[in-house]
Amino acid sequence: MCTVCGCGEGEVRLEDGVDAGAHEHEHTHTDGTVHRHSHSPAPSNTYKQGVHTHTHRHADGSTHSHGHEHNGEQAHGHEHPHEHPIGGDLDYGTGPAGAHVPGMSQSRMVQIEQDILSKNDSFATANRHHFDEHGIFALNLVSSPGSGKTTLLVKTIERLKGRLAISVVEGDQQTSNDAERIRATGVAALQINTGKGCHLDGHMVGQAVARLQPAEDSLFLIENVGNLVCPAAFDLGEHHKVVILSVTEGEDKPLKYPDMFRAADVMLLNKCDLLPYLEFDADLAEANARRVNPKLTFFRVSATSGEGLPAWLAWIENGLTAQRSKRAETVEALKRRVQELERQLERQLAGP
Amino acid sequence: MHEMSLAESVLQLVEETAVREKAQRVKLVVLEIGRLSSVEPEAMRFCFEAVTRDSIAQGARLEIIVTPGLGWCAPCGAAVEMAESYDACPRCGSYQVQPTGGMEMRVREIEIE
Repeated sequence: MCTVCGCGEGEVRLEDGVDAGAHEHEHTHTDGTVHRHSHSPAPSNTYKQGVHTHTHRHADGSTHSHGHEHNGEQAHGHEHPHEHPIGGDLDYGTGPAGAHVPGMSQSRMVQIEQDILSKNDSFATANRHHFDEHGIFALNLVSSPGSGKTTLLVKTIERLKGRLAISVVEGDQQTSNDAERIRATGVAALQINTGKGCHLDGHMVGQAVARLQPAEDSLFLIENVGNLVCPAAFDLGEHHKVVILSVTEGEDKPLKYPDMFRAADVMLLNKCDLLPYLEFDADLAEANARRVNPKLTFFRVSATSGEGLPAWLAWIENGLTAQRSKRAETVEALKRRVQELERQLERQLAGP
Repeated sequence: MHEMSLAESVLQLVEETAVREKAQRVKLVVLEIGRLSSVEPEAMRFCFEAVTRDSIAQGARLEIIVTPGLGWCAPCGAAVEMAESYDACPRCGSYQVQPTGGMEMRVREIEIE
């Protein structure tokens, strides 16, 4: 029977010879090759069926044509003698796999159906789980090089370190300059050099977490590689991506690099102390960013002058508080669950 | 241009599957890349060739199935086709279009022997 059209068992209806005319159908052979051919009409009231010719393609890629006669039954075999050409190329591309049909040749298709980023995402999920379990609030800071990320981090840390525990991961292609700048503030920092890489990934951050051992209920800051393109796609397990745009760049950057502004949920407009000397339109920059991501939260700051920093710092502290209470709730819920299970166990043990 | 690390991730998935299936060689890799996924198929091809060198997938053919971009336009209240992320709605010109399809980056299947 033809496994594609099933014409051998009644799917092609032959109503008293009326429909026994010419028809075309497709066969799949056991070796996985597919071919189409047409039948000539059967003479009415007889079961003498038409003759047809068709072309086979063999698993080795060679083709040949042959004719045969049907006996009225729609299912038919294709046994026939023929010789294979000797020599020639073995081109499996034209074989069963080229047609995407798993056949009986030695090659076969294997379904994977996995997201390309699934590996990264599983590392990121593990990181996030770790952060949540320990009440850690994690931020991933992204921007183009030179937007003032490190200076902003240094100023943020200086103002917060008295009130909360902080650890920092610094991503750059080369040098440990940034980590040294952070360490000078007195908090723990780890430099990741990505070498050829253009972004941090979930695995790198997981290793950094293992090395840094951030404290319970602490702030974990990740300064990504300066790049407005690639880090957008890689989840690190952070709670928020914070994109930093400085007023010495163009107002249209959110439109030029929309992926990053869409991936972020907070945008800091940095170097605002320079606005009087530039033609930068801060409102336009924010409008452009809102166009690609209506849900963005904005802060206008200057790391150098300190202007606008209190609002940004308050946002961080609120985030950390929320993270702590979420964990406390989880801990409370777990405790209640343990108590309930203990009661159940006691009842079981006390039972008959 | 993170196609290089994406290509590495593809190779990782392919190698894992090939080892599990005890394959000698990978002949074909089929990817599904959405139009809104920000992956350039040409760059992916270039990187795939580079990262598969000296691997079990060396010389494997790369087939990229590009899936169409779809979005939901809030003002129109309708699903619209999108050629690029962040494009305006082709019906009303609004930018309030939420991408709903065509963001995938998947390894669909491989052919091994």
